[in-house]
Amino acid sequence: MDKILSLKNLKKYYPILGGVFRREVNTVKALDGIDLDIYRGECLGVVGESGCGKTTTGKAIIRLHNPTSGHVYYYGKGSNSEEPVDIAITKKFALKRLGIRGKLQMVFQDPTTSLNPRMLVKHIIAEPIKSQERMGSRELEDRVIVLLKMVGLTRDHLLRYPHEFSGGQRQRIAVARAIATDPEFIVLDEPTSALDVSVQSQILNLLKSLQQTLNLTFMFVTHHLLVVKYISNRVAVMYLGKIVELAETAVLFSRPVHPYTYALLSAIPIPEVEHKLSRIVLSGDVPSPVNPPEGCRFHTRCPFVIDNCLKEEPLLEAVKAGHQAACHRKHEMEKLIAENFGQTGFLP
Amino acid sequence: MAKLLETVDLVTNFYTYEGVVKALNKVSLVVDHGSTFGLVGESGCGKSVTVRSIMRIVQEPGRIEGGKVIVYLDESDRRAGIDLLEQSEAYMESLRGDRISMIFQEPNAALNPTLSIGDQVSESFLFHQKKEMFTKIYEDLCAPECQVLYPLKKIQQAVYGMASNNPHAVSLKIMNKVPILKHWQKRLKREAKKRAIDIIYKLGIPNPAQVIEQYPHNLSGGMKQRIVIAIALACNPVLLIADEATSNLDVTIQAQILELLRRLKEDVISSILLITHDLGVVAETCDRVGVMYAGNLCEVADVRELFGNPFHPYTRALLEAVPKFSVIKELKSIEGNVPNLVTPPPGCRFHPRCPHAMGICRETFPEMKEVEKEHMVACYLY
Repeated sequence: MDKILSLKNLKKYYPILGGVFRREVNTVKALDGIDLDIYRGECLGVVGESGCGKTTTGKAIIRLHNPTSGHVYYYGKGSNSEEPVDIAITKKFALKRLGIRGKLQMVFQDPTTSLNPRMLVKHIIAEPIKSQERMGSRELEDRVIVLLKMVGLTRDHLLRYPHEFSGGQRQRIAVARAIATDPEFIVLDEPTSALDVSVQSQILNLLKSLQQTLNLTFMFVTHHLLVVKYISNRVAVMYLGKIVELAETAVLFSRPVHPYTYALLSAIPIPEVEHKLSRIVLSGDVPSPVNPPEGCRFHTRCPFVIDNCLKEEPLLEAVKAGHQAACHRKHEMEKLIAENFGQTGFLP
Repeated sequence: MAKLLETVDLVTNFYTYEGVVKALNKVSLVVDHGSTFGLVGESGCGKSVTVRSIMRIVQEPGRIEGGKVIVYLDESDRRAGIDLLEQSEAYMESLRGDRISMIFQEPNAALNPTLSIGDQVSESFLFHQKKEMFTKIYEDLCAPECQVLYPLKKIQQAVYGMASNNPHAVSLKIMNKVPILKHWQKRLKREAKKRAIDIIYKLGIPNPAQVIEQYPHNLSGGMKQRIVIAIALACNPVLLIADEATSNLDVTIQAQILELLRRLKEDVISSILLITHDLGVVAETCDRVGVMYAGNLCEVADVRELFGNPFHPYTRALLEAVPKFSVIKELKSIEGNVPNLVTPPPGCRFHPRCPHAMGICRETFPEMKEVEKEHMVACYLY
């Protein structure tokens, strides 16, 4: 498969300032070494609890913030250089000159806050196009109408303000803005969590059809696992700034290897009455990312801790082809889960 | 089963600048003793307004226009229903947080950031259980193992004895105004704190004595929600209303809280009225479910019946719109949007989005009727 992005040991530390001189006293380790390959045309789901670094990863790829260290390689299709571009260290104006800015886009969580209330829909959608290429105003308007049609709105909506729309329609406008510059890769940061169930399915279906027609690559950041199951091909599970498991969706749901993944999956309330399963209820909370625990980060809540977990940090290694997990006991975990909870997966 | 709470044709309107928002249109529901009733619907369909009307805490510019809210607090005496809408505000105050209590959606907003956890939890004891606590302190003081200096003991016995007879006595109120004398309440506050520690410990929070001294910002989201639950459970309510108690929490924390509610239901609380937009939570925790749409209750049934054999077109569409574990097929979505409640559609409020809409749906509102046993639906199809 054809890679589009490759993250190498990506780190993002946010400083905590303290003392009289506002010196850096500690850091919040939001991302602590992420290695991830994203392939062209796939939809990669990123799941985890709040504060585990899902959104930070997405923002680092778009370069909405500067990562502390590490690399984000972008393999452009038909770009003038064959060499991958390192988004993490390239200057911002160089990113724009190379035309990468337009190729990587983002849809934010809450459409009420991500759309400027003072701008007309026309201007909201035209703004990214204007900053990327020169276009006459009539041409621009035609393009905006085409985009609106693609997301299921009409030209009547052109001269309205965001507050005149419902939540679902606003999110459609946000999607239209993201696909305005003909991108290859879109980070979808919880695009449906602010929406109602009936509208959520509209947006999910829209995104799915857009992905096929425009040949897009998605990174779908969410905490809702059933949504991930519906839309993505591969899933990365994050815990406290690290990826703990990475697998194809069907594999992850049927045979999770990391105990955290199992706990996360078993914690979903399922909208089916017949479906009763044994559940790991994790005790306690996610530890603070300021001082993550030594060794394996999950050991404070893990039901299968061994001595090695407290000392050595497990690496993200392959269990099978295309299935990686960061756990010392990954090879015996399936058996352990089956013994303790009577089942191994969640798919029939 | 015996009824605990019944609302009859509850109507609540909000008088805004844009017009009258008809938030509730004749909602009638019944919660039984010992059951968990789930109320589901999309945002803005009137779930929260329903329970706020039940508790009579509808905010301005809202007004409860009609209907009845009847509670049967005593399980044995069936006819002794009390219509809450006719009671005085003082009576409601004594009921809220005591017999009926509520967990609010956002723990950050529900807790006061300037008061310690202990103050906030013990507040409900100080409000509702003063008399019992005075009696308890008086008995402790009279007990032979009580080691207080003799004259002080006599004075305290006198004061607390008086207080346990009448906690609202005028002389006590005067004492509260006098700088030195107001310290007489120290024992009461200590007792309330002790009870607060007890209840927090029961909810599975490690080292409660320490948590009591902390402030809300010291705690994580799940812990804060537990504290809010502790406040609600402080006086052993008959009915606990949980308004989106878990929707802002992570799934693993949500699982903890739901587990906690299930455990509490077994031994402490009698009934829970659970409001949520998550059908998964409903499927797991509730016995009976009511589905709301645009200010109407459109279907009420037992959980298994509702998920297995939904009648109302909206319920069916809603169940098909959520992603599931076992089914892998295209999600169906409900076309259109939730109507504006200032000018709700005439007749059935769902008809503009309904695939089975008929002529009669556009004209008159369908009444709730029992199609099968214990399965009520408001639709002309049945």
